Amino acid sequence: MNATLHRIAILIRKELIAILKDPRSRLVLVMPVVLQSLLFGYAATFDLNEVPYALLDTDRSNASTQFVTLLDGSGVFDRVANLSSAKEIGETIGKKRALLVIHLPADFERNIISGRGGVVQVIADGRNSNTGNVAASYVTAAVDRFNAQWNELRGGPTPALRIETRAWYNPNLETRWAMIPSLIGALSMLQVLMLSALSVAREREQGTFDQLLVTPLRPTEIMVGKAVPPILIGLVQSSIIFLIARFWFGIPFQGSLFTLYSGLLLFTTAAVGIGLALSAFSKTMQQAMLYTFVLLMPMMLLSGLTSAISNMPPAMQYLTYANPLRYAIDLVRRVYLEGASFGYLLHDMWPLVVIALVTLPAAVWLFRHRLV
Amino acid sequence: MNAADDFIVRGDNLTKRFERPKLDPVTALNRVSFGARPGALIALVGPDGAGKTTLLRLTAGLMRADEGTLTVLGLDAAKQPQAIQDRISYMPQRFGLYEDLSVQENLDLYADLHGVGPEQRAERYPRLMEMTALAPFLDRLAGKLSGGMKQKLGLACTLVRSPELLLLDEPTVGVDPLSRRELWDIVSGLVENEGLSVIVSTSYMDEAERCAHVVVLHEGNVLANGTPKELMSRATGHSFLAMSQRETPARKLQADLIDRPDVIDAVPHGGQVRVVLGDREPLSLQDVTFEPTPPILEDSLMMLLRHKTDEQPAANAALELSKKASQDHSEVVIEVHDLVRKFGDFTAVNRTSFEVKRGEVFGLLGPNGAGKTTTFRMLCGLLPATSGTLKVAGADLRRARAEARQNIGYVAQKFSLYGDISVLENLQFFAGAYGLRNSRAAQRIEWALDNFELKERVTSTAGSLPGGFQRRLAMAAALLHEPAIVFLDEPTSGADPLARREFWRRIGSLADHGTTIVVTTHFMEEAEYCDRIMIQDAGTMLAIGTPEEVRRQAGSGGEPAHSMEDAFIGIVEQARERAQRQDHAA
Amino acid sequence: MSDVHPPRLSWRRLRALTVKETRQLLRDKSNLMVGLFLPFVLILVFGYGLSFDITNAPVAIVSQDTSPTAKDVVSGFHLSPYFTVTQLNSMAEAQSLMRAGKVEAIVYLQSDFSRRLAASDATIQVLVNGVDANRARVLEGFAQGAIAQWSNKRAVSGASMAPAPAVRLETRLWFNEANTSTHFLVPGLIVLIMTLNGALLTSLVMAREWERGTLESLFVTPINTGELIASKLIPYFGVGLAGLTMCLLAGKFMFFVPIRGSLLLIVLISMLYLLVSLSLGLLISAATKNQFLASQIALITSFLPALMLSGFIFDLRSVPAIVRAISTVLPPTYYVEALQTLFLAGNVPGLLIKDTAVLLTAAVVLFVLIRINTKKQLV
Repeated sequence: MNATLHRIAILIRKELIAILKDPRSRLVLVMPVVLQSLLFGYAATFDLNEVPYALLDTDRSNASTQFVTLLDGSGVFDRVANLSSAKEIGETIGKKRALLVIHLPADFERNIISGRGGVVQVIADGRNSNTGNVAASYVTAAVDRFNAQWNELRGGPTPALRIETRAWYNPNLETRWAMIPSLIGALSMLQVLMLSALSVAREREQGTFDQLLVTPLRPTEIMVGKAVPPILIGLVQSSIIFLIARFWFGIPFQGSLFTLYSGLLLFTTAAVGIGLALSAFSKTMQQAMLYTFVLLMPMMLLSGLTSAISNMPPAMQYLTYANPLRYAIDLVRRVYLEGASFGYLLHDMWPLVVIALVTLPAAVWLFRHRLV
Repeated sequence: MNAADDFIVRGDNLTKRFERPKLDPVTALNRVSFGARPGALIALVGPDGAGKTTLLRLTAGLMRADEGTLTVLGLDAAKQPQAIQDRISYMPQRFGLYEDLSVQENLDLYADLHGVGPEQRAERYPRLMEMTALAPFLDRLAGKLSGGMKQKLGLACTLVRSPELLLLDEPTVGVDPLSRRELWDIVSGLVENEGLSVIVSTSYMDEAERCAHVVVLHEGNVLANGTPKELMSRATGHSFLAMSQRETPARKLQADLIDRPDVIDAVPHGGQVRVVLGDREPLSLQDVTFEPTPPILEDSLMMLLRHKTDEQPAANAALELSKKASQDHSEVVIEVHDLVRKFGDFTAVNRTSFEVKRGEVFGLLGPNGAGKTTTFRMLCGLLPATSGTLKVAGADLRRARAEARQNIGYVAQKFSLYGDISVLENLQFFAGAYGLRNSRAAQRIEWALDNFELKERVTSTAGSLPGGFQRRLAMAAALLHEPAIVFLDEPTSGADPLARREFWRRIGSLADHGTTIVVTTHFMEEAEYCDRIMIQDAGTMLAIGTPEEVRRQAGSGGEPAHSMEDAFIGIVEQARERAQRQDHAA
Repeated sequence: MSDVHPPRLSWRRLRALTVKETRQLLRDKSNLMVGLFLPFVLILVFGYGLSFDITNAPVAIVSQDTSPTAKDVVSGFHLSPYFTVTQLNSMAEAQSLMRAGKVEAIVYLQSDFSRRLAASDATIQVLVNGVDANRARVLEGFAQGAIAQWSNKRAVSGASMAPAPAVRLETRLWFNEANTSTHFLVPGLIVLIMTLNGALLTSLVMAREWERGTLESLFVTPINTGELIASKLIPYFGVGLAGLTMCLLAGKFMFFVPIRGSLLLIVLISMLYLLVSLSLGLLISAATKNQFLASQIALITSFLPALMLSGFIFDLRSVPAIVRAISTVLPPTYYVEALQTLFLAGNVPGLLIKDTAVLLTAAVVLFVLIRINTKKQLV
């Protein structure tokens, strides 16, 4: 037992030296993670700070002016053009000069006063329907405010039913809050998978794996020694992203660090298991890399990172059950934002354990039985 | 071209330095001047790091010299590399073949690139096929060829058109004597019959002897320059054959002689020891007789190097070793019985049986693809046998507990330590992997650094070391845990004569202290260092016994074969003829 | 290099090199995996897997009011295609379901809802899990919609609860009237696949020749660097076009994405982008001479920005100036814009001319950089 631990420790030490010795590779391990979490932290948001719109006010009445003032005073809407006829709408949207055209028809004020209700027409650019929908929802909010103002001004009856909405965990509904914690899992997986996928394939290609196999190191010891360094590196990367989320973007951390790290440990181990199994299966580094990519892309896309898993058809949802990132993203978001405790996270944890328990022994078996 | 200047290649005061991060630049060539005349074979020889490859690359226009001028085919190599490249052919050390293309596809690629038309091909291809005997393998992927065939294909690719100058960089490294002989027949045929000019770099002195002109390089300087005859004359009167009057094996006598300061060189040869002495007088040693013998090129090279460096060839190479407790040299430590290994329907090793005793140096010889490496891998437990039994130190390493591997050391054919970590870190890792700890580990690492002269390189990354250091490091790492049995797969392939002497001196001292050695080699004269050898071809065992016995088996009319190389070629060719006859009969 | 006779391009050499490259490409299964199999998988993932359209979101409704009015509100949710409703009696229960992640929103009706409604003082609480903010916002809207529908129905039957709104909104989503995310995801998918084929596969090819030492003997032949570069681009260009064809067919016949612009323009601009992306990969490969480093850099500089910074999923209008500046210099940004326009909007000359010009510039710059980085010299 003692001898085993010693041999494993020696292998871990060698792996860490090999990975960290070169200043360039140290940089490759840290810089992309920092840059990407900053870049994507800013870029990966569905919120719009600025909605460029073009106004087509054919009414030119008090009411229409009041509505436009309300829009322009909101701080979100940015009037980029005043159109004079409906013919211009096509070009304005088509050339992406504006995301929306807000059209106030000629009978706008008349209809409000007569009680029939005025109509605000919004034409949104649907090339990215997501953005279009978000922008349109901002106009809805503006219309609601206008209605309330108008009603108050005219001393109309108060509504019988109010709808109160509140969002848990993310009171201002910022998409960044979900995105950045998800990166804790997603970005670290990228490199953890690469590191582990290359580790055995590189030794095979360079002939050092035979040298390793003739030492008293057992395949299981080799596996542990090969698994621990990428796990450690993955956890360090996760921690970097965690710190950026917490202190740069100032997203409040609700859960316990212990729970977070337990989850991350399981996740990283599962990812390393997949990487090592791929690595032990590959003949060359090139193969290992390309196989990793083939696996990595669907894993990233089907993880809930960019679009929710529950939106997917059931067959696709079943596929995601084999994807460790799916559990990691759910787990991290819930620990980070919801402060979920262990008990609530078991359904994310046990599948990770299963993935690790399948892939790691598979790697061990392949070490000796894959003849190259 | 200048009429007075009938050199095809002429270099004057060529200097080339390579920048190294954090270290002083290396001077690969230092004011080298040389010339090559058309229609002749020129050899570049010298130990590792002499600058042979750099000189060839400069000539091929792949690099530019920092100083000096180089004219190739009358063109300035620095200014018109493309014009030169249009007219020469070059085979780099790694052959430059595409391993995922077939033999035919590789040939066609180079033919197209050189603009060889269909009529020329129709004339050229059959000749190339005849020369290289590659015709049956046209559809095989280059990566699946044996070393010797790859090298012939590499040569064929450079000869798809008639170049005005052919450059070959160590074309015979890792190639067996048969293939080597065939390659040289092709090259000298081209020179004699077609007046081709060839510059070849080599570490085999017998190859250099066949050349018209030899340039001896050492650490970027020209040590000597002349015809082989001129060079050999330096050693005239210094060369002797020594023989022990008692029954001392040649290997023991060689070890004693090479350690003496008045001996410039000593190698076992045909049961005797070939020595080069500092003086022209034989030594007066008890029970040893010295017969004068005509010098060979290697003798004068060794003399040149001794004058230059004033170091003994294998100085300090004998290892400091502690005696093993068990000194029973009759104990059988490796037992192989009817060993078979098949890959699909290809039989790599066919019903092989042999035994190796403690403290024996056992040599495995055979052409490329004979099954030596496969046998090795099975012995080390890296590959399961298809059938048959094998025992190494009492166990089949494939099935035995991991601790059984503590008994063996393994040095692979290709350098296979971790290139991206330092010498010291590599040694620390392997010490730990073999369970050595703390003071014991420190002590063994110290021993390795001392005995393998790695001290001044401890912090260099293993990958950045010159080949000679890498080979020493690999061997040091395999000996840290003092294994009872050491496997070395072509440990001297590509090594220069000095390094090979050192290597065998170390092997000798290991064997003397009870370590069993199993080794493969392509240098047939090195088989003389072994206690017993086995010759394999096409997976089958052809001969086994002491070098003397094997030479006798190959000899004709009771006379043993003159050298081990002749014996080897004789035995393999006989076996191949027999196999062909049986094929015809069947 | 001041070569006296700069070698001219030879079609024979170019063909020989291209044939060689194609053979190598076809022999390695892992190349084909990335080149052809991965696009196929991604088409399925994008077409069926990725969707921003919410259906059947699990919602808990807590209603302690047994009156028909309250039941009517609840049944409004049951009827909505957006929700899968779990009806509960206590708020504590609902909250624990939300904590456990079993429901995404809670709709709460007070026990005296119908009485208060009569007194014009009723409230319906909608609590959503805000972690995925985008989704939460949409869910809020759907919940409000379901309640509004119910109250409209009531208004028709004469029981008015609120003053008629002064202003109504009519929204039209141009170019994507069906409002399905597939329509903008499929053009984005083409961008990803072109990037992937280009940068990732070619990032290995030159580095591989350096690592295996084959360039050394190739250099000592009459080839020129132009031929060498072109021969590396051509086969992968072919693989890229195969990927493009797969995507276009899948878009048209599996996902019914409209193609409002010219198909020819789509193909031409895709070829241009493919060239940019292949050149980027080749440049990385030529500059690093190391397969591992090259693939890492290719991944970081090409695939991830194409996914995250090109405006394909995330709109770039609200990012800080520096991030926007980065995305402005990235070719995928322009390709995404051009493709989304050509698919969904039609031929918009002003936009397309700009996008084409940017991509063309990128291709030329990359070409020059590759030439500089590929010399027929060692070291």
